[in-house]
Amino acid sequence: MSPEERVLTGSHFLLGDHACAEGGLAAGCDFFAGYPITPSTEVAERLARRLPAVGSIFIQMEDELASMAALVGASLSGARAMSATSGPGFSLMMENIGMAVMMEAPCVVVNIQRGAPSTGLPTLVGQSDMMQARWGSHGDYEIAAYSPSSPQECFDHVIKAFNTADRWRIPVFVMADELIGHMSERVVIPPADQIPRVERKRPRHKPDDPDFLHCLAEDEDLVPPIVHAGEGYRANFDSLTHDEKGYPATFPEPHDRLVRRLVDKIRLHTDQIIEYEEIFMDDAELAVIAYGSTARSARRAINEARREGVRVGLLRLITVWPFPENKVKELSNQVKAFVVPELNLGQMSREVERFTSLPVIGVNHAGGVMMAPDPILDAIREVKKNA
Amino acid sequence: MPEIVVESHPIDTVFRTERLPHIFCPGCGIGPAVHAYAQAILESGIPKERHACVSGIGCSARVPGYMDVDSYHTTHGRPIPFATAIAVVKPEMEVTVFSGDGDLFGIGGNHFIHAARRNVDINIICINNFNYGMTGGQVGPTTPLGAKASTAPYGNTEPAFNLPYLAAATGAVFVARWTALHVRQLKEAILRAMQKKGFTFIEVLAPCPVGFGSPNDLGDAIEEVWLYRERCVVDHSVYLPDLELDLRRKDKPFVMGNFVDIEKEPFDPLAMMKKKEGE
Repeated sequence: MSPEERVLTGSHFLLGDHACAEGGLAAGCDFFAGYPITPSTEVAERLARRLPAVGSIFIQMEDELASMAALVGASLSGARAMSATSGPGFSLMMENIGMAVMMEAPCVVVNIQRGAPSTGLPTLVGQSDMMQARWGSHGDYEIAAYSPSSPQECFDHVIKAFNTADRWRIPVFVMADELIGHMSERVVIPPADQIPRVERKRPRHKPDDPDFLHCLAEDEDLVPPIVHAGEGYRANFDSLTHDEKGYPATFPEPHDRLVRRLVDKIRLHTDQIIEYEEIFMDDAELAVIAYGSTARSARRAINEARREGVRVGLLRLITVWPFPENKVKELSNQVKAFVVPELNLGQMSREVERFTSLPVIGVNHAGGVMMAPDPILDAIREVKKNA
Repeated sequence: MPEIVVESHPIDTVFRTERLPHIFCPGCGIGPAVHAYAQAILESGIPKERHACVSGIGCSARVPGYMDVDSYHTTHGRPIPFATAIAVVKPEMEVTVFSGDGDLFGIGGNHFIHAARRNVDINIICINNFNYGMTGGQVGPTTPLGAKASTAPYGNTEPAFNLPYLAAATGAVFVARWTALHVRQLKEAILRAMQKKGFTFIEVLAPCPVGFGSPNDLGDAIEEVWLYRERCVVDHSVYLPDLELDLRRKDKPFVMGNFVDIEKEPFDPLAMMKKKEGE
């Protein structure tokens, strides 16, 4: 085996998809299961070469149903497990994303979004899986999702995603888009010992300790310690509603208790997960909220508007889920309106509307082409005129 | 006369006895198959800490929850890819999928053929009761042509899978069929499957008096087991296409046996790297 470095420390000119793969490697991903799908295939291709070269597992599964099921099995066997897909594959994963939530199996799925619905625009950009990422599987649940705006962030966000997944025992998504996935830019990979790593919470109890209930969250964070296959705990993991022992308990009371905890462990700790970047927000009287490739165009539009004397700023979402509702509420006391450009017909803009009574102006295109700065600039001018 | 009280059974050590009694109906054939699996775990010499039991959804899929091993009750049809991941991440583990015919061959059929093709080192124990039992006796991929089910009230219009033939054709290294009556042969087959590296498949014919027996006039569970007793013949070298099965037909025997037992390299995602290393 030709020894290959897991972390390619240095400065590289990398495709966004490849940066996602390198982010996984740097984060310690040791299991990838996936299925080829444009425009995410380059993530799998890169990992098909790189993971075995560092002694880790790459499997091309028969479909995305299997890929996601394998991620949960690998995760509960102790692996840092990852997949990459696009809309149609993401749809197939939804069932077992729910299982990952229910079994609290940390894992990472990269979605390089393309035009949708259905087969849609396989090779062209879209941002229309944003609500699916949040609500696509049945039931009440909470996940986290990042939205990279550059190949560098593809690398960085996959690492963040692994750490958030392991910290909170949830599936975490990296909601990139085709433009970012197929864009090549400089990516700086730090030395291996500077890659942030959050370890999973492990049990204090030994196997066979009758006091150990592996689904009991004793800590304030509501996250129970995780046990892995083969460690002797002989634990039951169940997709059914289960009690603190992990045994099926299909009754209203344990159901409400479990679902509430799965939701609350994230809802009560969003401040530890949410990340965003504020650009020119200090004196802004208008706020653009953008993410992914669209945030790049938004930035250009804001620069132009500033030149025209419009005091407009950008709230660039790094985590799209959980949504920074408090930030939107806070900005509502500062700005007069929000402009939300998206390559969909209005998804995250609905979320903005939920937390403000100010006008929320969507700048939308269903996808297939990048969001140009001009329509965003036009919207800013229009809002300024009416403000 | 002194009263004899049996406090425990040697096999209790592989069960989560606090979870008993189980949910299965009176007359269900899953119980004897679970007993054979438990006995095989005990006799395998592999400590129970190294066994994992994975299932999908359905009556048979409730079995892992009763076993005192690492157990995973996953989503409908998906236990095989889940188990595949455990087997490759923890190759030292003895991974068994214990699930039903509808789970493994209806909704999960694609995963079965691909895991068999890959020769993943897992054992599949498939309870075949010819119907979807948990949801109340619907027609499934193993329901014989013409048989009645709640969603085939005029008789099933589709032919059924011949499961051992399918498993052999797609690459399984060990293929057997026994019934809930043949507990010793079944246990031996499971033990053999545990000894083997690679993808093994054991079909277990099991009465479902509520879902399948009653609408098809097979009588109660005892009557169906009598049917097994009278009509089963053991033929390890049977021509696999002849393993088609219809409990209602009086003109054909039910053929049991260990039909396939071959050696093949088990699935190893790093096989090519190791080969390179050896060069």
